[in-house]
Amino acid sequence: MNNPSIEAVNLSKRYGSFLALSNLSLKIEGSKCVGFLGPNGAGKTTTLKIFTDMIRASEGKALINGIDVHLNKKKALSSVGSLIESPEIYPSLTPREALSMVAEIRGLPRAEKRKKIEEVVSEVKMEEWLDKKVGKFSKGMKQRINIAAALLSDPDVFLLDEPTTGLDPRGMAEVRDIVRSLKTRNRLIFMSSHLLNEVQDVCDEVAMIDHGKLLVYDTLSNVTRRASIDGGNTVEVELSRDVDEQTVNGNIASLSNVSSVERPDPRKIRIHFAGGIQNQERLLLDLANMKIGMISFHPSASALEDTYLRLIKDTL
Amino acid sequence: MIRTMSKPQTRPVRSAGSAFLPSSVSQVGTITKYELVNYFRSRRFFILLAIGLIISGILTGLVAYLGVSYVAPCPPKTCSSPALAFYSFWWGSSITFVIVLSGIFFGGDAISGEFQNKTGYFLVGNPLRRSSIYIGKWLGALTASLIVFATYAAITVGNGLYYFGMNVPYQFAESLTFSILYLIAVLGFTFFFSSLFKSSSMSILVTAILFLFAFSLIQLIVAGLVQVEPWFIITYGSGIIGNVLIDPYPTTQPIRGAGPGGRDGMTFAATVPEGIAILVVYFFATAILGLVLFERKEFT
Repeated sequence: MNNPSIEAVNLSKRYGSFLALSNLSLKIEGSKCVGFLGPNGAGKTTTLKIFTDMIRASEGKALINGIDVHLNKKKALSSVGSLIESPEIYPSLTPREALSMVAEIRGLPRAEKRKKIEEVVSEVKMEEWLDKKVGKFSKGMKQRINIAAALLSDPDVFLLDEPTTGLDPRGMAEVRDIVRSLKTRNRLIFMSSHLLNEVQDVCDEVAMIDHGKLLVYDTLSNVTRRASIDGGNTVEVELSRDVDEQTVNGNIASLSNVSSVERPDPRKIRIHFAGGIQNQERLLLDLANMKIGMISFHPSASALEDTYLRLIKDTL
Repeated sequence: MIRTMSKPQTRPVRSAGSAFLPSSVSQVGTITKYELVNYFRSRRFFILLAIGLIISGILTGLVAYLGVSYVAPCPPKTCSSPALAFYSFWWGSSITFVIVLSGIFFGGDAISGEFQNKTGYFLVGNPLRRSSIYIGKWLGALTASLIVFATYAAITVGNGLYYFGMNVPYQFAESLTFSILYLIAVLGFTFFFSSLFKSSSMSILVTAILFLFAFSLIQLIVAGLVQVEPWFIITYGSGIIGNVLIDPYPTTQPIRGAGPGGRDGMTFAATVPEGIAILVVYFFATAILGLVLFERKEFT
């Protein structure tokens, strides 16, 4: 099986004098999840809509597995499952009927259709609602059915526009698990989101966009490292017992490559250090040797947020 | 609990592409099928059916109470067939109203609703042409309308059979055919307006005003005051539905006092070929325009 791919080639979109997307060029290939980040109005949904032919590009082209979406929509989207802007489903249909419609449009064999529908509905935890009318569903329940519709034909590429919108925390966690599982099945997921933790949790790479322009596209670790002040990293350490100021400002701050240490609370410290993965390993060893009751050591969850805020602020 | 997703893939590996995709014709059938399911579960289908039944009920009651010869008089010197006069009274006077209502109910927001209600987002991201969606929805609207139409026709024929036995004039079959042609043209027109707007209420309102008031008014002004044949108005073409049930068939002719201010003027009646041509041109022009608009419209 070829690597799934999507490619934006000099993609621009104008609404009158407003430039929603400016010369976006981006090629994503392989089994991975790419988080698409940017503030409101940055051009994320515009990009995804061009990739699903909901809107036309003013210039440039959008390719899915090398096929131009606008010129050959049917073929290009045959390998795509999409979820754009929380679609509504005909309220008088049941999930089974709505998904049957999608299955028939996508040419799922009759024998396989029923089983596949039940499988994806089970994946989004909506089995009990399979034969109830969609009109009575909450926003989150409809979103689950939309996700099921995207999964239905087992496509190679997923284009997801804020897929966890409207979902409760459990639903969000379930969607993250679905995305993780897709990556293990050689699928490409291109997912816009405002939830940086979500992107950090499930995505391998990140693309940031603002004012219609691509700011950065790289692996998550490279993006956070590149954008940090000194090219360093931040780790968060949790402790089983309180740590005093002396240990923090004296012993830990003096470790090699450590540039600063914070103590948000007595059992948590945040260490900023220079260098890459080898320095991180050394830091872990040094901290373990200090026997300060370390029970967890992980890259800072706020690293992506810091990077995001820095990059987005720079464009204002 | 979350299911473990790491089980090995059991489905055969499928290459990207359209190897398993059904043809566009087959996809049109799918859209039509689910559009009909949607209609049959919606109130509007049953409301229209009820309106058809109420009109039929009122006419049935009128004929039964007042008598056939009263509601559809057939003077021996000017009328060749009492049965024809009956069908002219019943069918000729009311079917265009039922057809226009069908167009408004089923076509008015068929496309605009996809934008306003965001149901289009569920469909458009799938591998199918927009033309398949448009044609599928149009066929769904036509089928739903034909069910109401057939019910109304069955009640008309039922009453005709009761009063005149098997003596169904052949002109009724012609009128029935022209009515279906008018229904097709009306749906083409309403779909065009539905593609023009993104608001359901706006598209329904505009089509309702056009068919229920504007066209009749323009026709009256153009034919009566300006004395120009209104061949460019769809309702003028639909006149053949009722005219074919009149014997002799009405013709365009000078009439004393028919002009503005009581002067001599012309009364206009489309011939059957003219009427068919008007309806066919209306259908193709508006259907093609509507389709082009929908193809170009963006889901912003």
